Amino acid sequence: MKTISKLWLGILILVVLSPLGLLLPEHFKAGAAWGEWGAGEVGGLVGYCPRGLEKLSRLWKAPIPDYAFKGWEERGLPHLSFAYIISAVVGITVVVIAALLIGKIFTRK
Amino acid sequence: MKERRTRIPTSTLTTTIRGLDMHIPDGYLGPATCGFFYVVMLPVWALVSKIVKRTLQARQVPLLAISAAFSFVIMMFNLPIPGGTTGHAVGGVLVAILIGPQAACIAITVALVIQALLFGDGGITALGANCFNMAFALPFTGYYVYKLLSYKAAADSKRRVIAAGAAGYIGLNIAALLTGIEFGLQPLLHHTANGQALYCPYGLKLAVPAMAGGHLLLFGWVEAVVTALVVKYLQKQDPSLLAITKQRT
Repeated sequence: MKTISKLWLGILILVVLSPLGLLLPEHFKAGAAWGEWGAGEVGGLVGYCPRGLEKLSRLWKAPIPDYAFKGWEERGLPHLSFAYIISAVVGITVVVIAALLIGKIFTRK
Repeated sequence: MKERRTRIPTSTLTTTIRGLDMHIPDGYLGPATCGFFYVVMLPVWALVSKIVKRTLQARQVPLLAISAAFSFVIMMFNLPIPGGTTGHAVGGVLVAILIGPQAACIAITVALVIQALLFGDGGITALGANCFNMAFALPFTGYYVYKLLSYKAAADSKRRVIAAGAAGYIGLNIAALLTGIEFGLQPLLHHTANGQALYCPYGLKLAVPAMAGGHLLLFGWVEAVVTALVVKYLQKQDPSLLAITKQRT
């Protein structure tokens, strides 16, 4: 097998394993990454919600927020893990298409 | 110096001291900081594009795509500091070793843009800053550390593996430190008349150790091990991949 195919296989394995990035923090009761809290969490942490933060944090509504489907927040870890894998597949597909396009443009001499 | 009146309960202090991660969301950086990093990154993107346009060969395009995909997915592996917060590797130093720091900058930028737009991982307004930390500072620092430490080392040498690991560790920690400084400057730059922060409420004393801590302790080592192991694997599998950037310079 060519090296490049082996590397793609490696990416595929990472995609399948990706829910570990969801399950491990859950298991060890680790909270959101530092600086990645939502506006509500910050309010709880500091005693007030910084005004600019509250306003700006609502600027963009991502279609798949936090690699989870809307309305699935309460459906438990198996569902969330599934959504995580689908997110990885969707994300990688878009990233690869974009990178191939950029590569194509850059190599057009 | 005037004491800020941001009151931070001690429970928060312990949480944040343990803390981490590098995707700055919308709302944490004020407009001046956001604008500054876009202004810095525009010429960086222009310049690396110019260089990559000159040096990228058609057969390297799949490697560019795989690099962007790798960086995207490795950042989904959030790892916990038990009871504390989470963080992750970026894979950017490995990418820089494989395709050069300029192409790495482009690959990681693509991953960060998609993470921000589709998944809300990292803010739109903070994209300039996030790209500066993870797509520029990280791969360039890591790449030159690797170059320095592996200077004149044979392609299959152990020193090259160790150099890759050290470069991964240093690259990720530089990015974490920069992120901490960017967070920490916000209460100084933007606050109301009565001292309440408008954006990130944590100053340098909290934000820098919080960001640096987890990366020095755990995530930097993950980046180091991933970088070193893949370089070791490629030494056996396909040493020509490790020589790509050498041919160009």
